Amino acid sequence: MSLRCLVSRLVQGLLVLWIAFTLSFFLLYWLPGDPVITMLGAGGELQNFDPAEVARLRAEFHLDQPLIVQYLFALGDLLRLDLGTSIQAGTPVTEAIATALPSTLALAASALVIALIVGTAVAVAATLTRRPWLRDILAALPGLGVALPTFWVGLMLLQIFSFRLPLFPAVGTGSPAAIVLPAGTLALPLSAIIAQVLFRSLQNAWIQPFVTTFHASGYTRLRLLLRQALPVALLPTLTMGGVLFGQALAGSVVVENVFSRQGLGRLAQTAVTGQDIPLVQGIVLFAAAVFVLLNLLTDLSYPLLDPRLRAARLKPEKKDGDTLAEAAVREGGSPGTTPSSSTETAGARP
Amino acid sequence: MPFANLSVSDPAQLTDIRRMRRAKNHTRVSLAALAAGSLLLAGCSGSAQADGENATPQNGGVLNVAYDVDPTCLDGQQVGQNVTLNITRQITDSLTDQDPKTGEIKPWLAQSWDVSDDAKTFTFHLRDGVRFQDGTDFTSASVKENFEAIEDLGAKATIGQSYIDGLKSIETPDEQTVTFTFDRSNAQFLQATSTMNLGFYSSKTLDQTAEQRCTGADLVGTGPFALDKVEHNRAITLKRYDDYDWPSSLAGHEGPAHLDGIEFSIVPEASVRNGSLLSGQVDVDTSVQSQDEKTLEAQGLDIVSRANPGVVYNLVPKTTGAIASDKAVRKALVKGIDREQLKTVVSDHQAPATSVLAKSTPEYEDLSDVLAYDPDGAKKLLDDAGWKPGAGGIRAKDGKKLSTTLTYWQDAPFLELVQQQLRTIGFDLQLEKRTIAEVTALQAEGKEDFTFGNLTRSDADILRNYFGAKEQNANTREPGEIDKVLARTTETLDEGERKADFTEAAKLILDEGYSIPIVELTGIVGTGKNVHDFSFEASSRYQLYGTWLDGDQ
Repeated sequence: MSLRCLVSRLVQGLLVLWIAFTLSFFLLYWLPGDPVITMLGAGGELQNFDPAEVARLRAEFHLDQPLIVQYLFALGDLLRLDLGTSIQAGTPVTEAIATALPSTLALAASALVIALIVGTAVAVAATLTRRPWLRDILAALPGLGVALPTFWVGLMLLQIFSFRLPLFPAVGTGSPAAIVLPAGTLALPLSAIIAQVLFRSLQNAWIQPFVTTFHASGYTRLRLLLRQALPVALLPTLTMGGVLFGQALAGSVVVENVFSRQGLGRLAQTAVTGQDIPLVQGIVLFAAAVFVLLNLLTDLSYPLLDPRLRAARLKPEKKDGDTLAEAAVREGGSPGTTPSSSTETAGARP
Repeated sequence: MPFANLSVSDPAQLTDIRRMRRAKNHTRVSLAALAAGSLLLAGCSGSAQADGENATPQNGGVLNVAYDVDPTCLDGQQVGQNVTLNITRQITDSLTDQDPKTGEIKPWLAQSWDVSDDAKTFTFHLRDGVRFQDGTDFTSASVKENFEAIEDLGAKATIGQSYIDGLKSIETPDEQTVTFTFDRSNAQFLQATSTMNLGFYSSKTLDQTAEQRCTGADLVGTGPFALDKVEHNRAITLKRYDDYDWPSSLAGHEGPAHLDGIEFSIVPEASVRNGSLLSGQVDVDTSVQSQDEKTLEAQGLDIVSRANPGVVYNLVPKTTGAIASDKAVRKALVKGIDREQLKTVVSDHQAPATSVLAKSTPEYEDLSDVLAYDPDGAKKLLDDAGWKPGAGGIRAKDGKKLSTTLTYWQDAPFLELVQQQLRTIGFDLQLEKRTIAEVTALQAEGKEDFTFGNLTRSDADILRNYFGAKEQNANTREPGEIDKVLARTTETLDEGERKADFTEAAKLILDEGYSIPIVELTGIVGTGKNVHDFSFEASSRYQLYGTWLDGDQ
């Protein structure tokens, strides 16, 4: 990727952040309710509020200004990288996010690792098998995995592996064992997505002429699949990085609730129900920033994975570590070595 | 907080409940036999091990309490939510304590007190040798700076403000004496000094901003437990204050607390709390769902509950509303609810309202005859007032339908039965459950005909605070006879006189239909077999100083 391209990508990223910020700002203010009243009435039981005090607090949070002024205030704070203070808990928003982040990261990372292993295993097994009934079953699994509600799966896992068999703790983030069930629960829909996309691309790669050629030259099915088809098929899966991250974050809201874990999902949920506007905005911005960053990283990593994008700048020479497919491409081979029928192919990217 | 846990929506389940009650009696008998057996065994082996609440308390262990919601702000001087106050009670002490059985005010950090005859001046004589958890001394100066801090908090300390309304001066003639002077009679102040909303923090805590105090980073009190760690949405951890030696005169023992510490875990999912309690992963579930009560009791676990004192769950009409302005409508609603039938949909541990006040309020008087179910009387009232039955049985007058929308956030499925009952008298109550933020905002706008809610306080003064035209004025009405009676209650500390006046006020409120009482709010807590002496203080918040865990910790 050229420097100019990188800069334009960064500008695009900032634009996405600004839109996310603006949209969430107006959406939150459009909701019925008043953050100050909500804060004062935190107990839920009816209380009377001194109108003068309410007015003073509204002024403190700039809530007495016209909406556009409030927006400019918020935007100004954002440019100074000041995300403000949580109305309910009194902590700076950055601190609240920083506290919740490690737990969610650990959860999402473990879930992704599990999902990659399980998803790849299912896709590879489905491609490899010669029994049609087994292939049908394996190919149907992703659909099932996506269809099962995370909430229900979590409760079932708890019921079996925590309440009946005391293997894992049901509550808390304390011990390493505590992450097993929530990560497993979150991994289920993620692995389903990975398995689905990977299976498709593997099937695509599997029918390419080069596979037949290699097959004819004595490669075993397994070796061929793992050494040649899989690296090619992984590309479209990689483009899913941003989507998977979004899925993991959305799933964490449910998973963190069921497993009583601290984290971004729980933070987002309490912030939304409590109409803690600065906190909700902070979380939206954070999520958008990670999303933008992940997509940028994906783009940057294409040339590393797709030889065609690299070939433009690199001198074609065969290295030992290269796969035969890459070599075939560089040596003027058919572009059909990548699953070009899929819309997510790298070739379709700028 | 949402403590109303109801599930038996089908009257046919009544028989189940009866069967369960019978079964419960059986378990009690067999438990007693077991206990007797184990006592015998204990006698034989000479060990001190014994079951039952009369056993010798053991020291040690951390009590794992499962909360349903996260206490966003941890400062009890600022917030009124139960999840916060349950923690505040463990980390701060009060000048006085209130006997949950009798409602009497007893010594705590104040050994004695004098109240002037006009109930304007209150002098407290403080206990010697009390220290905050940071080692600083608790003196009359601490009392003064805490009350001044509450005044400074303004609207952020709504409850505390209402207790010290009209405070003129605080004098501290010596380290052990503090005198409060009000510019008008304020009899309720004595009970207020027993609440955790008026608990004490060290100077260092008070130096912080309101926001910093909320985070709980440095909330230092004089209580038997100190705040150790706050991890929002995960757990609030307390550890024992080892030098503690100034419990309330109502406490069962001296010295530090029995427990090493308390961990309040935040477990939002009811089924997870229940499973964790049954599998022994937590010791206390603070919000048991009524469908889980059977399972817990069948397994021999205890359910402890105490109705929140104060104003019960009730509909509060606004006299400015289109329909609620009509006294006949308000009165018809009071008569049109069959509270006996509500028993079928609420928890076994929860009672229908028998007055505006809950039975656990010290000045409570049974007014169930005023609240008797009288659908014919209700219909007649509406007929006479010109509300004629119209389309679909819903009454109307001058083209205006007898229909209103109630927004609420509480876990209150019994409202659906109320809705059905009111429909039979021709009143259409539309229910709309929203988030707490939306409901609070709507109520602040004051455009609705009716609001729904409760108010907790272990003193009937909550009636004055809630319904008084000069106070919250929940009905947005003009001052009247009720306010004269309520004003009288501020002038005397004589419990007999106060009770008589509050009862008169409650009768007037019901007679005008200013409150339509429904059910009492009751926190239903499940405790593990190893948990002993889990108790409630007068306002039905937890008092865990005497709580202990037995067996192999």
